[in-house]
Amino acid sequence: MNPVIKTVLQRLGLGLLTLFAVSVIIFSTLELLPGGFAQAILGQGATPETVANINKSLGLDRPAVTRYFEWVGGAVQGEFGISFASAGSGWGSSNARHVSDIIAPRLYNTFFLAAMTAIIAVPIALALGLLCALYRNSWFDRIANALTLTTIASPEFFVAYILVFFLAVKLRWFPPLSTISDTTSFWEHIYKAVLPSLTLTLVIIAHMMRMTRASVISLLSSPYIEMAKLKGLTPKQVILRHALPNAWAPIATVIAFNLAYLVVGVVVVEVVFTYPGIGQLMVDSVSKRDMPVVQACALIFAATYILLNLLADIVSIVTNPRLLHPK
Amino acid sequence: MTQTQTETRVIKARRSYVQNVWRILKTAPPTAIFGMVVIAIYLFCALFAPWIAPYGEADIVGKSYQVSSSEHWLGTDQIGRDTLSRILFGARNTIGIALLTVLISFCIGGVLGIYAAVTRGWLDQILSRLVDVLMSIPVLIFALMLLTMMGKSVWNLVLILAVLDSTRVFRLARNTSLNIVVQDFVEAAKLRGEGMRWIVLREIVPNILPPLIAEFGLRFCFVFLTIAALSFLGVGIQPPTADWGSMVAESKTLITFGRPQPLIPAGAIALLTVAVNFVVDWFLYQTSGLRDEK
Repeated sequence: MNPVIKTVLQRLGLGLLTLFAVSVIIFSTLELLPGGFAQAILGQGATPETVANINKSLGLDRPAVTRYFEWVGGAVQGEFGISFASAGSGWGSSNARHVSDIIAPRLYNTFFLAAMTAIIAVPIALALGLLCALYRNSWFDRIANALTLTTIASPEFFVAYILVFFLAVKLRWFPPLSTISDTTSFWEHIYKAVLPSLTLTLVIIAHMMRMTRASVISLLSSPYIEMAKLKGLTPKQVILRHALPNAWAPIATVIAFNLAYLVVGVVVVEVVFTYPGIGQLMVDSVSKRDMPVVQACALIFAATYILLNLLADIVSIVTNPRLLHPK
Repeated sequence: MTQTQTETRVIKARRSYVQNVWRILKTAPPTAIFGMVVIAIYLFCALFAPWIAPYGEADIVGKSYQVSSSEHWLGTDQIGRDTLSRILFGARNTIGIALLTVLISFCIGGVLGIYAAVTRGWLDQILSRLVDVLMSIPVLIFALMLLTMMGKSVWNLVLILAVLDSTRVFRLARNTSLNIVVQDFVEAAKLRGEGMRWIVLREIVPNILPPLIAEFGLRFCFVFLTIAALSFLGVGIQPPTADWGSMVAESKTLITFGRPQPLIPAGAIALLTVAVNFVVDWFLYQTSGLRDEK
């Protein structure tokens, strides 16, 4: 078999195994819930009979392994069970909502925000990181270094509130809260998502710039680049023919790593701007102890995170043949 | 002629430990000095909060949402507590809880990591795979999920974050120790019949200490920011305990009226993590020779 395909398949298998293990962990947290599922729905009014009743009607009296595979099977098809919070008022009544119905619109909003951020942040960060690496130790590089370190070290909400304070409250350019409903038009959605997206952009640009800078510098100091310079190639040829082919792997890793970072950053930023995304839903559900919703959100976040890292690894394997020959 | 010169040369006494530290400190760049000064001020505030703070942690001392005045330098919060006092007590709670978490996490991760590296047995395999899986879930997401399950309380928060964070410490401790374990001097110690205790404490720990200390600073920043984020989200440190993350959440509505109230605790968090980062940066530069080029 072609060694490239073999390595990629190995990595894919490992990724799927990780995904499986993570889903088992997330599933088992529900099993560990004190008192169990039924107790959590019924709250104070739980009697042994009603608890047994609900367990039976939901099939919770069956072994955990069976239910795990049902849950995963459902999750793959986008079906995560029924929300506790909606079921609390009266079990089996018409207001019991499916988790997938709650999540679907919010998932779209979150991906909208993440995509908008990525489209702005990735090109800017790569360009700035490259400039810093090429003109390292210049004033530009030093200022950028101090600024990015400060941004990375600040909590997301600090960056967010500074932006709100100046751009929304003092200058009144953008709304301080992103209230988005089903009727919001596409362009209005973009306008309202500017501040949350700008916050995320600033945070991940800082990360991405530093990582790009570091990987380009380590690349440019490698012996074969020096060789290329010494044999009299123009800087353009050195960069395009010799540096760039080997730079794809680190750059892909940098991008995927930061998009994965976005997955976490989105939670806090959505809460700051009350942006109706999946992060805010998760935080609300944690306060209500609505376990099925929290599980579904956690699974979506974790899966995105794992898949992005997997993607980065595969891109770096495919673009960098040197990785195929481990010493 | 040359003979007499060498003989008359005064041999200096060996520099004491304090002198050495002082010599290194004098070469510190301005960012690192800034960082150390900030950390010192924060620690001072945290330790002496009850003596510095003009009012008590949870005392209601005036009307709610007052602007800054000579009585209340930073104004009052939503139920009329003095913001300055709460910031000072918040230093104590927020930094204290984060430090405790990181210490626990280093105890778990460090001990297991070194043990795994020294023994290299099935335990190493199991722990390493477990850590791989745990690290593939973002900490904030995992913490939110576990807090739902175990309920919101400070002890649960400390425990959950310590365990989740110890995976990072485990990996660093294991990988750095692995490099040391294969060195000749460890082999020599084994051959002369030293026990496990000696090998770990006298051969391995001194060699992996610098990266671990730097990691301690970075882990502290990470845990500190995660706790602040969780408290901001309302699932971390619970009221009435003064804490910077929840203070931002409590005063966040004020910002839409043009008052920069939430920026004060948020800035306090940012300043500390920036300061720690500056110091760690310099420390890494000093100890590992981690320089950008040549």
